[in-house]
Order: sequence, then structure tokens, then C-alpha cells
Amino acid sequence: MIATLLSQFNMLAVESGGPVLESSGWLLENVWLIPLIPAISFVLIILFGKKAPKEGAEIGMVSIIAVLVLSFLTMTQWMSARDQAVPTTDGEAAVAVLDQAVGGSGEQAAAGDSVDDGAGETAQSFEAAVDAEGGESGQYLPVVRDTDWWSVGALTITVGTMVDGLTVMMLVTVGLVSTLVHLFSLEYVKGDTRFTHYYAFLSLFTSAMLLYVVSSSLLQMLVAWELVGLCSFVLIGHWWEEKANTDASMKAFLTNRVGDIGLLVGVTILIVTLGTSDVLEINRLALNGGTSHLVLLVASCCLMAAVASKSGQFPLHTWLPDAMAGPTPVSALIHAATMVVAGVFLIARLYPVFWEGLSIGTSSINLMAVMGGFTTIMAGALAFVQRDIKKVLAYSTVSQLGYMVMALGVGAWTAGVFHLFTHAFFKACLFLGAGALSHACHHSFDMKAEMGGLRKKMPLTFWTFILGTGALAGVPPLAGFWSKDELLAGAWAGQEQGYPIIFIMGCIIAFLTAAYMTRVIWLVFFGEYRGHDHPHDPPLVMALPLLVLSALAVIAGFFNLPHTGPFKNLPDNIAERFLHYVEPTYFEAFPVVKHSGFITWIALLSIGLGLLAIFTTSMYYKKCVALGVTELPNGLTKRNKLFAAGYKFLENKYYLDHLYTGIIAGGTKGVIARATNWFNSNVLDGIVNGAGRSAVAGGRWTYKNIDQGVVDAVVKGSGTGSSGVGQLLRGIQTGKVQQYGALLFAGVTVLAAVFIVVV
Amino acid sequence: MLLNQFLLLAAILFCIGVYGVIARRNAVMVLMSVELILNAVNINLVAFGQLHDVTFGHVFALFVIAVAAAEVGVGLALVIMIYRNKRSVDLDQVDLMKG
Amino acid sequence: MSQLAFSTLAQLSAEGGDTLVAQNIFFSIIAIIMVFSAIRVVTTKNVVHAALHLVLVLAGVAAIYILLTAEFIAVTQVLVYIGAIVVLLLFGIMLTEARLGEDQNLNNNYRLPAVITAVALLAVMSFALWDQFDDQKLPEPLFDGADDPALVEYALENEPGLFDELDPQDDNYDDQVAEIIEARASLFNGVQDTEEVSDTIFSTYIIPFEAISVLLLAALIGAIVLARKE
Repeated sequence: MIATLLSQFNMLAVESGGPVLESSGWLLENVWLIPLIPAISFVLIILFGKKAPKEGAEIGMVSIIAVLVLSFLTMTQWMSARDQAVPTTDGEAAVAVLDQAVGGSGEQAAAGDSVDDGAGETAQSFEAAVDAEGGESGQYLPVVRDTDWWSVGALTITVGTMVDGLTVMMLVTVGLVSTLVHLFSLEYVKGDTRFTHYYAFLSLFTSAMLLYVVSSSLLQMLVAWELVGLCSFVLIGHWWEEKANTDASMKAFLTNRVGDIGLLVGVTILIVTLGTSDVLEINRLALNGGTSHLVLLVASCCLMAAVASKSGQFPLHTWLPDAMAGPTPVSALIHAATMVVAGVFLIARLYPVFWEGLSIGTSSINLMAVMGGFTTIMAGALAFVQRDIKKVLAYSTVSQLGYMVMALGVGAWTAGVFHLFTHAFFKACLFLGAGALSHACHHSFDMKAEMGGLRKKMPLTFWTFILGTGALAGVPPLAGFWSKDELLAGAWAGQEQGYPIIFIMGCIIAFLTAAYMTRVIWLVFFGEYRGHDHPHDPPLVMALPLLVLSALAVIAGFFNLPHTGPFKNLPDNIAERFLHYVEPTYFEAFPVVKHSGFITWIALLSIGLGLLAIFTTSMYYKKCVALGVTELPNGLTKRNKLFAAGYKFLENKYYLDHLYTGIIAGGTKGVIARATNWFNSNVLDGIVNGAGRSAVAGGRWTYKNIDQGVVDAVVKGSGTGSSGVGQLLRGIQTGKVQQYGALLFAGVTVLAAVFIVVV
Repeated sequence: MLLNQFLLLAAILFCIGVYGVIARRNAVMVLMSVELILNAVNINLVAFGQLHDVTFGHVFALFVIAVAAAEVGVGLALVIMIYRNKRSVDLDQVDLMKG
Repeated sequence: MSQLAFSTLAQLSAEGGDTLVAQNIFFSIIAIIMVFSAIRVVTTKNVVHAALHLVLVLAGVAAIYILLTAEFIAVTQVLVYIGAIVVLLLFGIMLTEARLGEDQNLNNNYRLPAVITAVALLAVMSFALWDQFDDQKLPEPLFDGADDPALVEYALENEPGLFDELDPQDDNYDDQVAEIIEARASLFNGVQDTEEVSDTIFSTYIIPFEAISVLLLAALIGAIVLARKE
């Protein structure tokens, strides 16, 4: 099927020949193919996987490779189309084109002159946009192709695809990481009882994630969002025989539900107040006063709840470390590289809504930046006290996601999205490295008990892990350095005002990240081996993804080399490529963000902080290695009570889980239980003690009431009253369905009578 | 013919059905009473369809008949289950929901 | 209660037209039988008798459908309700070994609340119906069947060339005219015939129709799963 598609594509390209644009736009308009392929693969694996020679893995592999190829083709098409956007000064034409692209499909079909069919699609806006390229910076519109899904009254919900730089970036990232994870899993989950099931859900996840990033409609995004949540739930609980794993998947699911409510409410607010579900149109209206600031504020706060749950932001991050109960490749794909960035993607996609709602452009502090900044430091500190290598990486992920949210919160859109891009590669590299380590070490992730001294035994894993760590810690010139630096500079420069507090937070986490990753390196790769196995490097299918990802961890940063400061002399076609291709230029529907450029002293500061962290941590663990222990017996936490308390506080994850399960859930449960108990005992005691008062009826009760004065009467009266009500209510709960029926009909009668009288 | 004569007849059937649902002890009898209620509703549907000269009333009456058939099928299966477990179809004895 | 209802119905029928047309008499008889049988269904002490009375009520409903010129529904009613559902109910009675004779234990303790609820509900509904529809009439058919001479004029008015192809000299001329008129009678009368209902089901309501078929399948499977022995 894929071969047919590709040949069709080639044929189309050959046929159209002359104007390059038409041929290069084919995939941009038909990007729906990309999520469709893994969806078909899911169905095929579920139906026939068990009987296939490789138990379904080959179907998954073929489909994901097809997705990867198509994603890259889409990318090249987008890039060539973007490059041909010749800057002109004809601003009006561009605005007109935008109206055409996002406006009503019917009118547009009538108005547009390059219309070839009026089937309610906006695909032709692509050509139109290219024809009438305008704006000083070369406005270039996303390619939107949609159709009506259903309509209620005046509100029409559309469904379709939208391709712009952000979409293309996500397509490539998801396709690449997913392919490598598919490959890695071939060996890692080999022989598992639910091997087929595993591959089926990897396919479904890939499909849902791709659907999410190509959505042109908010409601469609919501559907895909829930689908990826479902896949995450299933894959975390892949080994459900152990209770801890099912607990983790339940926790992930339920925590995500909290945020999903926010998403549902936010999306509903936007759709209802703006009267459209089209993302581009919503962005345009949000930016141009389509609704009041208050509405946007409420909507963006609701959406922030969704971001907090899916992207693991404080206070809903607690599920993400527990999600490490799933197979390690799943953690790499879903809980590090792709699904957890769905929240960040949501912000990037609906940026104008947040921009206006949270006043990102004009303030010096806002909810998004603070939430991101707080999360990043909090999770960074937590990463220090974990024994489990995957937990360290999980908290690191939370921390880095906080970083992205923070970047978006200070208006550094490109920096945040670029960090998403680079992080996906080096974090997937680290996770797969951790998978390789545990594969070699008894399937354990315990750094202190089962690892140590693996540098010599697993050199390939060591070097790839070192590259990933370097990228994460921001060692130049690895990937993380460039994105992190851009982000810090963005926070410092801000928009109308700088964001100094956020900048300081960013500096702290630059230090923390380098420090905790150095700790991991020392614990795992240096010293003496503490396990009881014969660890060795993984076989080729596992090594290959590690090599590819570590290579990407090295080079990904070069996609967005700065073009200012010391890099001023870089040629145009090398510097700021990411910015050029990914950052939207349709200013009708995207705010004009200020770019900070490269600030040399900030770059030096972040390098300095990173090196300082690596140096101090190394000194500490060098001593440890010399003593042959994993922590110094007379370290700070042992000598100083304050530090010891801090350590305990961190070890208990700030007691957040206690807060959620113990105090909130337990408290609610307890209160209900106590209330019920109180109610019951009052009811029963009321029968026993106050039998005279309540059962023998009013006379005696009235007598006592008058006799014993007002205060006593109120006290006793309330007691009797509640017991009486309780008795009455208890009588209803007979469990006899016909009595319920009688009450139902009687209630309906009364309501109907009231209705007749009133209306 | 008046519209109301059909509607009132339906109302009477409905109320008789309600009485049966509440006051009958035998589960099969309760199912019969439910049939009375459904038929009352159907008469209304057809009468209103006739009033407005539209076919929807007829169509939905047909749908209601189909649903009623399904309802009796499942309902009787439930009754037989209850009978098998309790050796009785007395609804007074089925009070597992007692609070 | 029933006495009151009967007189109300009779009164209604009398007021329905200035002349007591056959339809109204027919309706009154059916209505009386139906209400009586319905009451027997919910009061009789014999389970099998209740089922047989239910048959009477269902047949009455079918007759009402015919009065409302919904013949197809009436036929369906007889087939599905009387043919299938009542038989099912009888099976249910047999399978649960209900006593075939009189059973003193068929009613529970909620008889009084049930009567009160039912009467109150009836009162509310009757009031609402009266208030809303008062003496609103159902649309009468325009013509008395295919024999109505006015029908020929009406047909010619609407379709002037209707009889052009016929030869007035032909001996069978009258028969042929009658044939054509008869084919159009229901159309002119605005009566919803079976064809129209089927058109509606299989065009506008095709999806609900499919849903119903799935529902029936689900009920079938559900019933088997529930009732089979482990």
C-alpha cells in the first residue's frame, strides 16, 4: 500500500513537472496519510499480529518506516515551499490571502481565482498564499485542508489537517524517535507474553500523536489528546501482573483526567465564544480582539491545567515518575520524547490565546513562566535523591518540560520549541541507554545496588550516554547548549520587559541539571561493579538507535545556530534555520515575538555554571569511588541536620503524594466516612436515646421545648431534627426497586404539576 | 375526531401501567405493565404524527416497537436469572440495593 | 376511576362531531374494552388471565392505529406484540413456574401509594391535555374514499391531462377512470401510506434504523448470555 502511495506521489510530481510548487505541495495537503498508516497498522497487528512470523513487529516496523519517509518528504516539501516565499512589500495581499485561508470555505471558493474545485476545502489557499506572498519578512501561511465535521446551529466544527513549521518539526521528531524505539523494542521486549499487544499499541500511539500534531481543529486535537492518554495508560500497565504497575497506570490516567477537564473546559470556552473550532481562526480572533481579555485569561488558565497534567508540570507532575513502570522504550518514546510534550505543543499551537490571555508580551511575570520555572527547579532537586536511574531521567524530563513551558512563558517561542526538538533526541538517547543498562544488569534500574564501573564493560553504552548527558547538561557544542542558551537569553531579554526572576531560575536549573547528571554518570559508570551479572554491550538492534540518537544529540543544536554576536558572519543558509522554517510568520494569527539573539555573557555564564556543577559533583564522587561507597559517610546530609531534613524532604517528593492520597483523597474519604458515621450514630442514637422525643411525637417534644428554655431547645432540637431527617431518608433506602419507581413517578407528577402551574 | 380522545386514552393506559409497575409483586407482571406504558406512548406518537401530517410519528412508533421487543427479551432473561438464583420472581425479595 | 374515564370518553366522542359518526362509536367501544382490559391486567389475581387481557389491550391499540390510518403500524403491532411479545411473556410465566390458578400474593404493600400516584398523574396529564389541545381536531380526510364524485373533479383540477389518454367512447371508460382515481386516492387525501413511511425510514432515518438493528442483535446476545445455564 505504501509503495502504491509513494509511486502515486512520484507520478504526481513528474506529471506536474513545470511549476515546482504544485508538486512539492502534494504531501502538505495530504498529510492525513501519515497518521493513517500507523492506524491501519494497529488494526492489522491486532487482527493478524499473533499469526505473523515476527508476531506483528514487522507490520509495525514497516508502517513506522513509511511514516518516517513520508515525514521527511513532508519536511523537504515544506522547506522548499517556505524558501520560495519571496518577500515583497505587498502587505495587503497577504492579509487578504489569510482571510481567504481561514475564512468561510464557501465564500472563499467563490472568491478565490485559483480555485479548482469548490468542495469546501481550503487546500487551494496554499497556492494562493504562495502566489500572493507578502509582508516584509515573507509571510507564509500554514497549509490548511479541512472539511465540515458537524454543525450545531451557527457553530460548525471542522476536521482536517494543518501543516506549518511546527507540525513538520513534530512529524519528524515523532517519526524518528518512534522508528528508533520500534527498532530498540525488537530486542528489548523479545519473548514478552504480550509482544504483539505491545507493538499494536506503539502503532496506535504513533498514530494518535501524529493525528494530534496535524489537527486543524481544536476538537480533533482533543480527541487525539485523549487517545495518546489512553495509549500511555495501556503501555504503562503493560506488565499488569504486578500491582505497582497497574497502580502507576491508574495514577497516570487519573491525574491526566484532572487536566483533561481543564482542556475540555478551555476548548469549549474557546469554541463557543469565538464561534469556530479552527485553530488558525481561533488564533487570529484571539490576537485581534475577537473576545474579551477575561475570556482568554480563563481559557488559558483552563488549558494550563491540561498542560500541567500532560506535560508533568507542578502540581500534577506526580504521575510521570511513576509512569516509568512501563517498558523502557515506552518511557523513551511516550514519557520523554513525544507524548509529554503534547502540553508544550498545545501552548505553541495556541500561542496567541496564551499570549493575550496571560499577557506574555507585556508582563514581567506570568502564570506560565512561573509554573514552568517552579517545576523545573523542583524536579531538578528531586532528581538528586533517586536511586533508580529511570526515576532520575523522569524527574529530569519533568524539569526539562518545565524549561520549555518557562521559555514559552517568557515569549521565547522558538527557544521553547527548539528545546522540545533537541530534548526529544537526547532524552530518548538517555532513556534507551538506561534500557540497555538494565537489559545488561538483571533488569534492574537501581544505580546504587546493581550498577557501577560499567564504563569498561559497556563502552558503547557509556559513550552514547555521555553524549546524551553532555547535551542535557548544556555542554557546548552539543544540542542542549544551543537551545538552553537561547532560552536563557530569551528570558533575560523578555518582550517589552525582561523576566529577571525567570532568568535566575533558569540559571539555577542549568547548574542542577549538570550536577545530577554527573551523579548518574559516576554512580553507573565509575567505581566498582556492584551487581552480580556479566554486563556487556547490547546487540546491534539496540545499539543502532543509541548511536543514531547520540549523533542527533550532538548535531541537533546546529539546526539553529545564532546569527548575532560572535556568529554574525555565518552565512544566511546556515544560521537560524530552525527559526526560519518553524517559527510562524503569519502575523495575523501569530504574535510578533522579539528575538533576543545570542548574548555572549549569558552563554559564558551557563557554560560556567555547568562546568562548576560537573566539577563539584565529580569531586564528591571521586572521594566516594576512592572509598568504594555510593555516598560519603560524612557528607553534608550526614553532618548537618538541616541538609538531612532537606534530603528527607526530597526523598519524599515534597510529600506531594502524601498530600494527594493521604490528605486530599484520604481526607475526603475520611470526612465522608466520619459524616456517615456521625449520621448513622445520630440516627441510631436518636432512635434509642430520643425515642421519647421523636417517636412519641410532638406533644412531649413541644413541652420540653418550652420548658427547658431556648438554648437547650435549639441544641436538642437540631439533634432531633437531624435524626428525624436521617430516619426519614434512611427509610427511603429500602433497596426495593418498586418503591424507587413509586417515588420517581410521584416526583414526576409533582414536578409536572409545578410546571403547569408556573408556566 | 378529536386529538384529545386519543391522548386521553393514552394517558389512562399510561397511568394504569404506572399503577401496575408500582403495585405488582410478580416480575413478569411488572413487564406487562411496562408494555402498557410503551403502548400509551406509541398512541401519542402516531396521533401527533397524524395531527401534523408527518411520517416521523409512524417511524418512531415502529422504533419504539422494536425497542420494546428488545426490552422484553432482556427483561425476561433477567427475570429468569432472578428466578434461578432465588427460586422466586417476587420483587420484594430483590433488595440488594438496600441502604 | 374507570367510571369517570368512560363518561369522559363518551362525552368526548359525542362532542367530536355534530353527528355521531361511525368512527367515534367504534373508538368508544374499543376505548372501553381497552381500559377495562388494562385494569384487569394490573388487578387480576391470575397471571395467565393478565397476559390474555394484555392481548386485548394490544389488539385495541392496533385498532386505534387503524382509526388513525396507520395501517402498517397496526399490522406490526399485531405481529410483534401479540405474535411475539405476549408469547414471550407466556413463556416467562411458564418458566418461572407461576401458579396457574389464582394467586393471592400478586400485589405488594404499595397499592395505596400506587393508586394515589397513578390518579394524581392522570389528573395532571388530563389537565395539561385539556388546557393545551381543548377540542382540536385531527385533520379529516378530504374525500370519502375512492368513490367520492368530488374526487374526479379534484384530480382534474390538479392534473388537467389525467384522462387524456383514455377514449371516452370506450365501454370500460368508467372503470379505467375509477382505477386511476383509486391509485391516487390516498395521495389526495394526504394520508400517510406505508410507502411513505418506508421512504422515510430508509432515507432520513436510515442511521437510527441501523442502530435499532444493532440494538436488537445486542439484546439477543444479552438475553442468551443472561439466561443460559453456566
